[in-house]
Amino acid sequence: MSTGIGARVKRKEDKRFITGRGKFTDDVRVDNQAYAAFVRSPHAHAKVKGIDKSAALAMDGVIDVLDGQQLGADGIGNLICGWAITSKNGSPMNMGAWSALATDKVRFVGNAVAVVIAETAAKARIAAEAVAVDYEELPAVARADKALAKGAPQIHDNAPGNLIFDWELGDKAATDAALKGAAHVTEISLTNNRLSPNAIEPRSAVAIYDQAEDHYTLYTTSQNPHVARLVLSAFYQVAPEHKLRVIAPDVGGGFGSKIYIYPEEIVCLWASMKTNRSVKWTAHRAESFITDSHGRDHITTARMGFDAKNRIVGFDVDTIANFGAYMSLFSSAVPTYLYATLLSGQYDIQNIHCNVRAVYTNTVPVDAYRGAGRPEACFLVERLMETAARELGVSPSELRRTNFIREFPHQTPVIMNYDVGDFEANLDQALKAADVAGFAARRKEAAARGKLRGLGFSSYIEACGIAPSAAVGSLGSGVGLWESAEVRVNPVGTIEILTGSHSHGQSHETTFAQIVAERFDLPIENVSIVHGDTDKVQFGMGTYGSRSGAVGMSAIVKAMDKVEAKVKKIAAHVLEASEDDIVIEGGQVKVAGTDKAMGWHEVGLAAYTAHNLPPDMEPGLKEGAFYDPANFTFPAGTYICEVEVDPETGEVEIVQFTASDDFGTLINPTVVEGQVQGGITQGIGQAILEQVVYDDAGQLITGSYMDYAMPRADDVPSYGVHHTSTVCPNNPLGMKGCGEAGAIGSPPAVINAITDAIGNNDLAMPATPQAVWKAIQAAQ
Amino acid sequence: MTKVSMKVNGKAVSRDVPDETLLSDFLRENLRLTGTHVGCDTAQCGACVVHVDGKALKSCAALAVALEGAEVTTIEGLADGELHPMQKAFNDAHGLQCGFCTPGMIMTSVDIVNRYKAAGKALAEADIRRELEGNICRCTGYQNIVKAVSQAAGEM
Repeated sequence: MSTGIGARVKRKEDKRFITGRGKFTDDVRVDNQAYAAFVRSPHAHAKVKGIDKSAALAMDGVIDVLDGQQLGADGIGNLICGWAITSKNGSPMNMGAWSALATDKVRFVGNAVAVVIAETAAKARIAAEAVAVDYEELPAVARADKALAKGAPQIHDNAPGNLIFDWELGDKAATDAALKGAAHVTEISLTNNRLSPNAIEPRSAVAIYDQAEDHYTLYTTSQNPHVARLVLSAFYQVAPEHKLRVIAPDVGGGFGSKIYIYPEEIVCLWASMKTNRSVKWTAHRAESFITDSHGRDHITTARMGFDAKNRIVGFDVDTIANFGAYMSLFSSAVPTYLYATLLSGQYDIQNIHCNVRAVYTNTVPVDAYRGAGRPEACFLVERLMETAARELGVSPSELRRTNFIREFPHQTPVIMNYDVGDFEANLDQALKAADVAGFAARRKEAAARGKLRGLGFSSYIEACGIAPSAAVGSLGSGVGLWESAEVRVNPVGTIEILTGSHSHGQSHETTFAQIVAERFDLPIENVSIVHGDTDKVQFGMGTYGSRSGAVGMSAIVKAMDKVEAKVKKIAAHVLEASEDDIVIEGGQVKVAGTDKAMGWHEVGLAAYTAHNLPPDMEPGLKEGAFYDPANFTFPAGTYICEVEVDPETGEVEIVQFTASDDFGTLINPTVVEGQVQGGITQGIGQAILEQVVYDDAGQLITGSYMDYAMPRADDVPSYGVHHTSTVCPNNPLGMKGCGEAGAIGSPPAVINAITDAIGNNDLAMPATPQAVWKAIQAAQ
Repeated sequence: MTKVSMKVNGKAVSRDVPDETLLSDFLRENLRLTGTHVGCDTAQCGACVVHVDGKALKSCAALAVALEGAEVTTIEGLADGELHPMQKAFNDAHGLQCGFCTPGMIMTSVDIVNRYKAAGKALAEADIRRELEGNICRCTGYQNIVKAVSQAAGEM
């Protein structure tokens, strides 16, 4: 059986997980282990007037209680946002100070003010309750639109009116003119509901300070350990990079929430030095809800204009984005360069303008969550297309077809240059697979059972392969977004791939090995993947934005190019042939058309014995590469959702969900389908179940799995997942990325289906039974 | 502190633990069987499911001291050398991604199949989905978990 590109190879990493031998951060226990528990604000907004630690310090097993004054005195820097956005008036964004432990003021429920270090986790938690913080409560605001209103509580002094930036993209005047001349204008107002990422493994950190070496080690739940080390070192001044090792062992899901370097990791490292103990912290789920970054939370109004032939002539968007109480690491990029740049969707639109106001509120900081900006763009565009089709009295699929981009490359008016695609191929495949032709009969049959049946479309596009470093640098990014790889061929011919990508569910140990097995025609068992440790892997930018394939694997290919060149040189020298005649196949390195050959392992051995190498060749067989992508990649597809609604209860059943995606080259279709199935389920969760709810005082109402509705096995059906393929011209494997598509494309398909079923287009996410029932009543 | 003795994965164990020690903590911290995971505080996610006296139990919702004399099987003890058919099915069907919920998922799934077999009932997709309601997976979307359970049901 082939184990190369396109093969459905069973995962190499599974065995340790299915036998309970995975190694997650909370499984790590080291000598001299102490435990941290954080003292957190119960108020959404308050002045901190004093902290009395005496009772806690006197408790059994308490080693120390540390606060923000001490943290600041030791020179630990504030948390930062790494992407600078400039307002349309030319002013820089208003970033308020965020200390890992608050000193003067707390700005959301959960804001840490102190930490207790104790001999056991239980003792630390009990003692944390005994730390007496004197708060002076201030008025709070949780909604972004209310935070912008006159007289709203002022959260950061340097952000007047709570406005972080007021940014725009596109040509306002041209878009206004196009809308003025339009034959029809469709308007919409919608919210993109706030979500909690909810990786099932809670965040965790084990910090180890070695006094003799003045060296730190941090085990942590990270999607990008090198970025964590860089930020902890360069910005938070915890330790210089050569004195700090970051290890992200097995990580139990991320979905964006484990990109960022949070206060807890910083404090654990610092506290391990202060107490000269190894310090461990693992979030309880209730703590995850008030510390892990949230996602989405947009309020948007938009207008889309059509000409008499139903072609889109202009699109104007006004969005308010809730950033929470502090600017998280990549927060500013999400509702700007990952959102407004995707507003052209799959459609040829000449005039687009988008205005985004970013706003502080007294809530958990908001940052990238699976899709990050692109789900918000897709939801807006695809809700508008369906709404417009209903207003214009045309079929939703035909309105999309009328406006599809057909020629590539295509320059949109909002920065992106789509390199390749075939949007009709996805639409046609989805129409057929979903048997849309038979829908009318199914609707009639459902009606006979007293059920309302509806059909909804979504033709999404997104930008992955994040990202060309110079391009993102020019847009404000503080980092480059290349990836690195090292290919080590051992003297016995086995191969280790060291990658800066990080696998926390993405199956890299299998798929990365597949591209190596294919390239050198070796058994996949002979290849292993090393990731997640800054002492082992040279460098890396980590895994997010569906970048591990298009960027991470491209770096491996580039390193393999170098290995192949050296292998051929060695073989040509030993076999006394021309390099051009050397071929690698079947575990051998051969001279084409002859019986002269060396085993692959013999080339490895020759490289390391160095007894007979070409003149001037260095011994060894290990090559590294950095790969910086030339462009974003553009996965696209069409999703069709079919629902049945019970008009008596408002309950929605997803009866059929069909996906047709174009991800370019697929390395392992089974893995790709798994990513799509998981993404769709998160999107369905957003559409009908999930919502982070704050009350007006900024208290979190949905703080556990009893209150926050996670999708469960009986909430969703099995999906029909199909593929088309246009090969990406901008990376060596032709890949586009598949990690986020499901979560991006599915919410509008679901809401379009429900609104089709109930005959009322006014329905917000999550479409809970109560919301749907109310919408049904309102339509009658 | 109370002394508690039980049989875990076929081995007699005995430890002095604080009375409030949860079975999940007893397994993870006292016995260092870290395959049993904790994903929530409210007995909702099911990552901590083990078998106690042959039945699935959320180990975060039981006190260790209340299980004196019990026989406990964790993911580490599910199979001896060879994989259990359910473990093999999760690998075959790509029923896991990050692997964190997987131990609880597998322990629950084995219990589901055991109960349906004992009752002589067929196990359809809808049954599997309903029975898995107490186990949350954020990665897979459940489709391949359902497939795995279905496959294993045919082999157990």
